[in-house]
Amino acid sequence: MDEAKRKPVNPEEQKGVSRRVFITDSARGAGVALLVGTGLWSKAETAHPIPLREIRPPGALPEDDFLGRCIRCGLCVRSCPYDTLRLSRVEEPGVVGTPFFKAREIPCEMCEDIPCVKACPTGALDKELTDIEKAKMGLAVLSDHETCLNYLGLRCEVCYRVCPVIDKAITLERSQNRRTGSHAMFIPTVHSEHCTGCGKCEQSCVLTEAAINILPISLVKGEMGKHYKLGWVEKEKKGAPLVPSILNKPLGQWGKDP
Amino acid sequence: MKMGTLAKGSGVGKAARETKGWYLAHKWLLLRRFSQVLTIGLFLLGPLAGVWFIEGNLNASLILDKVPLTDPFLALQVWMSGREMESQAVIGLGIVLGFYLLVGGRVFCSWVCPINIVTDGAAWLRRFLGLPKGVGLSRNTRYWILAAVFVLPAIGGQLYWELINPVSIVHRGLIFGFGLSWVVVVMVFLFDLLVSSDGWCGRICPMGAMYSLLTPASRLRVSAVKRQQCNDCLDCFKVCPEPHVINPALKGEELGLGPNILNINCTNCGRCIDVCAPNVFEFAINFSDNSRIKL
Repeated sequence: MDEAKRKPVNPEEQKGVSRRVFITDSARGAGVALLVGTGLWSKAETAHPIPLREIRPPGALPEDDFLGRCIRCGLCVRSCPYDTLRLSRVEEPGVVGTPFFKAREIPCEMCEDIPCVKACPTGALDKELTDIEKAKMGLAVLSDHETCLNYLGLRCEVCYRVCPVIDKAITLERSQNRRTGSHAMFIPTVHSEHCTGCGKCEQSCVLTEAAINILPISLVKGEMGKHYKLGWVEKEKKGAPLVPSILNKPLGQWGKDP
Repeated sequence: MKMGTLAKGSGVGKAARETKGWYLAHKWLLLRRFSQVLTIGLFLLGPLAGVWFIEGNLNASLILDKVPLTDPFLALQVWMSGREMESQAVIGLGIVLGFYLLVGGRVFCSWVCPINIVTDGAAWLRRFLGLPKGVGLSRNTRYWILAAVFVLPAIGGQLYWELINPVSIVHRGLIFGFGLSWVVVVMVFLFDLLVSSDGWCGRICPMGAMYSLLTPASRLRVSAVKRQQCNDCLDCFKVCPEPHVINPALKGEELGLGPNILNINCTNCGRCIDVCAPNVFEFAINFSDNSRIKL
């Protein structure tokens, strides 16, 4: 017994056994790897492709590229002077370890030097973004017309006042207040071309639940067919009507000369 | 009822404690725990005390706003997903690779990784309670999982293992907010305690598997230099998380093997040195001309 314990196993003598062991071990190993792989795959696929209320930092690549490139280190979080960013935890809906912010809690203050982008070691936050006003973190949507105070005819417009890109990203559009018949309504209107998705509007909405919300651009932004032409835009480009006007006569009864 | 098994379990390292004293029988364990706590502590200095020596976490970090570090396990997954990394991450990768090629890849596992404390705890309790070995999952399973971890990003373009990687979840959790990360800790602990001995680190973890592959170049090895003095007490085998690495070095003299532990799974934890009463093992830097510097 002592001798057997002392004596090392000679690989040459054990070749047949070790081959069998190797094959069964490999099959088991491959099986476990396959199980783990498909499990992870389905977990990733069934998770929300885009976290709805968890806004990525400025300069974040499109979500697919971002998830391949973000190394989950949190250096962007550390660089943020306003503690806006944090990393998604195990129990939260986002992809664990990736950075995000909640606009209603702490919005992005749009630092001019964009420290979070500079801090990213991999480029998951794109260093091409050098002007924070070009950021596209999300898009503000005035989603609830029933509770927005300006829609009710009041002059709240806090979202408009706090917007860092005021009068470009949010404007107040005047329309008639049909309820009173004699007042105007000033409707906060978001312009996607200028909105950075910083979330200042959502944070400062005075309602218990914000009527204006930052949402992923891909979720809310429409896209016209490439062949669509806006007649009035084309007219301006051309400097003249697109078709010669046939209605250059005073309107009278059709078919009869006046 | 448990007295018999308790006595059996607590016997590992007893002879070493009696002959060398408690400190020398725990020297490398203490150094390792110090290193592991320091790894977490330095990262915590920033958020807790406002001293920003190192920022980030084990996946990638920045020392004193200058020196980047990047985990090769993460960097390889990013590359496999078909994405580039910017120079900061690439430089950090070079530094970390260089370090582990020098000291042995799995030094990460036993000296840095926070999960090691969890699995060491499970192994200790398993010995203490005299629990059976559990399911015999092959130690090569981890290489298959490693293959899956690197293939998946190539197909789906994401870092899939990061969805469950307990190493990064726990280390990040300690620094950026723990939340329910303790569930991961408990799962790994119970897996090692009840399902498979040395289960997570020794059979599953693809991170350790990758670090194993970085090991061969290292000159820093544990060596069974005084193997003639071995009294066959088996304490080193019982305490070692990768016991198969010891046999060739300790018992392979007739086959011309050893005395250095060359198996890439050895984590350079040095626990075998601690528990050996006759002082068979030592850490040494080995040079190609067979000269060595004992640590």
